[in-house]
Amino acid sequence: MRINDVILRTVTKIVVFIILTFGVYLFLSGHNTPGGGFIGGLVLASAFVLLYLSSDIESVQKSLPLDFKMVAAFGVLLATSTGFGSLLLGVPFLSQTFAYFDLPIFGKTELTTVTIFEAGVALAVVGVVVTIILSISEDE
Amino acid sequence: MNNIIVLPLILPIMVGVLLVFLRPYIRLQRIISLLTMIGVACISVYILNRIQTEGIMRLDFGGWKPPFGILFVADSFSALLVLTASVVTAICLIYAFSSIGERHERMFFYPFILFLVAGVNGSFLTGDLFNLFVCFEVMLLASYVLVTLGGEKAQLRESIKYVVINILSSWFFLVALAYLYGTVGTLNMAHISERVAEAGQGPLLTTVSILFLIVFSLKAGLLLFFWLPGSYSAPPTVIAALFGALLTKVGIYALFRTFTLIFYHEPSITHNLIGIMAGITLIVGCMGAVAYKDVRQIASYNVVIAVGFMLIGLAVGTQTSLEGSIYYIIHDMIAKAMLFLLVGTMIVLTGVTKFDQMSGLIRNYPLFSWMFFVVTCSLAGIPPLSGFVGKVLVGQGAIENGSYVLVALAFISSVVVLYSLLRIFLNSIFGETIISPEDELPLKKGLLIPIVLLGIGTISLGLEAEVLSSYVSDAANTLFNPSIYIDAVLSGNK
Repeated sequence: MRINDVILRTVTKIVVFIILTFGVYLFLSGHNTPGGGFIGGLVLASAFVLLYLSSDIESVQKSLPLDFKMVAAFGVLLATSTGFGSLLLGVPFLSQTFAYFDLPIFGKTELTTVTIFEAGVALAVVGVVVTIILSISEDE
Repeated sequence: MNNIIVLPLILPIMVGVLLVFLRPYIRLQRIISLLTMIGVACISVYILNRIQTEGIMRLDFGGWKPPFGILFVADSFSALLVLTASVVTAICLIYAFSSIGERHERMFFYPFILFLVAGVNGSFLTGDLFNLFVCFEVMLLASYVLVTLGGEKAQLRESIKYVVINILSSWFFLVALAYLYGTVGTLNMAHISERVAEAGQGPLLTTVSILFLIVFSLKAGLLLFFWLPGSYSAPPTVIAALFGALLTKVGIYALFRTFTLIFYHEPSITHNLIGIMAGITLIVGCMGAVAYKDVRQIASYNVVIAVGFMLIGLAVGTQTSLEGSIYYIIHDMIAKAMLFLLVGTMIVLTGVTKFDQMSGLIRNYPLFSWMFFVVTCSLAGIPPLSGFVGKVLVGQGAIENGSYVLVALAFISSVVVLYSLLRIFLNSIFGETIISPEDELPLKKGLLIPIVLLGIGTISLGLEAEVLSSYVSDAANTLFNPSIYIDAVLSGNK
């Protein structure tokens, strides 16, 4: 029995984009202000969960063919390899570095290795949260 | 640059994650996970030898100097435990190859074993009390998965207790950490030790230390072991062996670290309490070991007895007794893994779990049966096997210190261990065989080889105690003189 909730589905279509944008904003702001990979990841995950709630699992998986277990694994791999990279460069484990670049649209931008680490954290959080929600919902 | 000491943590994690992507290729997963553990073992041998020449090694993550950053510290004690844990895991993996079954292997069995080892190694190596909590959690989360993997009724029943008790104790751990941080304002273990020494260990800090004692006792199975026998006998053999060998040792390591490095000022309160708890653990563990007929229960209660024994070394607190405990921890990791593998294999071969229903295994499986005899002697502490050195040193230290009650309890418990295992030996290994030649299940080489490897381990650990003694006495020396550890962490040399 599925409830075809028109209001929820219509609102979701717009709100998901707001949540996704907000998640990315939180993720990027985390370098110097509150936010970061974990929080950004949680917000991003909530967008996916909302999608699953408003439409059914099958149709979301058709348009978003991701195995979230693999997303989580990839996130952990990304995060740990940035730490591991410092071993190859001969500096202490988990060392970070940053530099300023002049990018075409953004102008002078600070690029750091921490962002890659945080991206890994965000992916891991998204993967784990969605996997947990999906496995609970699959339970009959 | 000491980046090498992070490898025992990060290698298993990264390889474990890689194995998630290699889910369908079981053979590849087996090879990679075994190679990783052998690699970690080799790395820890290298670390151990470097500590002997260069002193305690430390690694400040990201270059943040202590006490501001987080760090890993490797002294002989932690390196010895990392080495033993990695070797035991590698051997248990060989056993898993031919016992665990494809269903488990497809459900990320190997990645979780590697995560478990990463948590265990991380707990041994961290120099920061909060990171100890984090590594505990890494280890526990992996163990929650491993204890429930397979989803059988008994497993689920026991794992609920296991998960609840561990979440509760983790919560206590966090509260204790908050109290300690509120009191001394740091989480770096060496720095805490320094500040506790400066401020004096007053009633408040002693109370906090008792909170830590409760937390680690729950994890180690010291007195508060009511959850242990059930949850260690429910999962598949190889997982039970890993749990029996590794998990309680992490709690014991944490007890040794906190009560030799940080809270060593009020031994009349804390160390006496540990002594009383260890004594009661020994008595109740002995009762359990002779009360049951289920071989897995007997093996689990043997874990409990060993926990009590090791902590007598800490309660007594002389350098000799600490040395004895370190020997005993190393010995026990190997011997307990072996005991659990043997007991699990007996159940597979006979199909029954009580020792009075088995008989005459020695006719069918002679080498296997003699291995059971080896582990019995080793756990009872009969020379020249590995349990002997540890028992003698703990006893010697306790007599030096005048703790005669603990000495008596320790040696009576050895006799009970011998009795409880000899009962299995006489009933199920000797006697008329009940398995006719045509019903005889062949004992797979993959099951026998790891048991024999562990048997060789316990024999050579006893015979080659001399080789080990320089490392162990260095480890005990560091534990006994906390200033060595503190200097190594807080001095600016790099």
